[in-house]
Amino acid sequence: MNKDKLKNALLAGPYFVWMIGFIIIPLIFILYYGLTNDEGIFTLDNIKSMFNPVHLKSFFMSLYLAFVSTLICIILAYPIALIFRETKTKKSSFIVYVFILPMWMNGLLRIYAWLTLIEKKGVINLILTVLNLPNISIVNTNVAIILGMVYDFLPFMILPLYNSLMKINDDTINGARDLGANSYYTFTRIIFPLSMPGVVSGITMVFIPALTTVVISNILGGGSILLIGNVIEQEFLTTTNWHLGSGISLVLVIFIFIVMGITSKFTDKDEQVVMA
Amino acid sequence: MIKKIIKNLYLSLILLFIYIPIVVMIVLSFNSSKSRVNFTGFSLRWYLQMFSDRDIVSALQNTVLIALLSSLIAVIIGTLAAIAINRMTKIPRQLFMGVTNIPMLNADVATGISLMLCFITFGISLSFGTILISHITFNIPYVILSVMPKLRGSSMLEYQAARDLGATSIQAFFKVVIPEIMPGIASGFMLSVTMSLDDFIITHFTRGAGVNTISTLVYSQLRRGLNPSIYALSTLIFLLVLIILIITNIVKNRKEA
Repeated sequence: MNKDKLKNALLAGPYFVWMIGFIIIPLIFILYYGLTNDEGIFTLDNIKSMFNPVHLKSFFMSLYLAFVSTLICIILAYPIALIFRETKTKKSSFIVYVFILPMWMNGLLRIYAWLTLIEKKGVINLILTVLNLPNISIVNTNVAIILGMVYDFLPFMILPLYNSLMKINDDTINGARDLGANSYYTFTRIIFPLSMPGVVSGITMVFIPALTTVVISNILGGGSILLIGNVIEQEFLTTTNWHLGSGISLVLVIFIFIVMGITSKFTDKDEQVVMA
Repeated sequence: MIKKIIKNLYLSLILLFIYIPIVVMIVLSFNSSKSRVNFTGFSLRWYLQMFSDRDIVSALQNTVLIALLSSLIAVIIGTLAAIAINRMTKIPRQLFMGVTNIPMLNADVATGISLMLCFITFGISLSFGTILISHITFNIPYVILSVMPKLRGSSMLEYQAARDLGATSIQAFFKVVIPEIMPGIASGFMLSVTMSLDDFIITHFTRGAGVNTISTLVYSQLRRGLNPSIYALSTLIFLLVLIILIITNIVKNRKEA
């Protein structure tokens, strides 16, 4: 028995050290910097600064945009996941790969390519002008950022949804139909509830990155829309006020953990949040 | 009938949405001028220039090296950890899994700054090494989560069966456990490579002055206008992955036939 425990400890050892050194200790650093000022004295100023008007505005804007984007992702992804579920196995893995393929192109570049499309003198407006149609001006607006978020994170919504939909037995659905349920009923009472773990997983993988994005607002918002991620990045790399940056991060991290705590009520008892 | 048309239409629209920026980039990679809007003519100059641009070549090397190395190390640490965690009692297991979820659920900004603070405070200068460490850190959880599902009760029984039949623990490990969890290891590795290749913000914070990955190189050139050789590079990468995709699919279909 002891020999087994020793072996187990050896197996877990490297990861244990890594966890402490590169996950837990860095977190403690954020805690430390967030709760102290330059002289090392304890202060709540950094945390309180999250609530001053400028930062609060960024935070609420981030929440709003992330929420809208997540919602749009769910609405767009669900039909796709359902369609994937229906395609025969040979075609389906190929189609899934076709959707994942663009993720292999650098994320920054993909957003930058959208900038090329939606700029004032971008490709879309070029085409519209040629066709004598009114030009769009969505760049540097919220719409552009939502566009970027949905674009970047849609696959992360499709995949968990697809995974959890695939776990629904055809027999379950057929049984419902046999018992007289129509499509609407089957969907709302059977398919959707059974897919909840996937929905929650997808929301996790979209909402948090959307909430804390730096590059999407940077590139498509033109620097005029500062989201909370941008604020943190600036405090660290531009104004090098690490204490302030950490304070804001702390609030953000705590907020995220609260959201996670709430959503974990909706997932399986498995430790898995991400699709495997 | 109509249903099928609607489905195909919807799928096509979404595919269009997903691929438009990719097409734009591919087209721009052949543009003879630097302009992002005017296509002045077909040219391969950016492809040729790509190999002589030192910034791009070194960024590419760094990106690939970091992705492969960090994923490899993450796979080793993570697989061993997954096996150990699988055998833990409830409380240590929940603790480990809780901490494992942190890098995935935490905003990558927060992970980036936390690591940066950690490195700087301990006097470790930001460099290739610190980027590597950061990537390993966020890759390990993905490996663990990919391997864990493959580790359900059966592998423990088979391991013990092998031992009973006379295998040493190492033999049993490599000949029984590893082959069974290999799909999990493989997908953990692929996932890690993908996450590593695409990362920007964590690399951004932990890189220090001299080292660039493709992501940070692109970011540094955004204001001034991107070197179109980067479009050329991306197009090549895209084609490479597409070819790999098609080949693996053909192989798969041949096997099933």
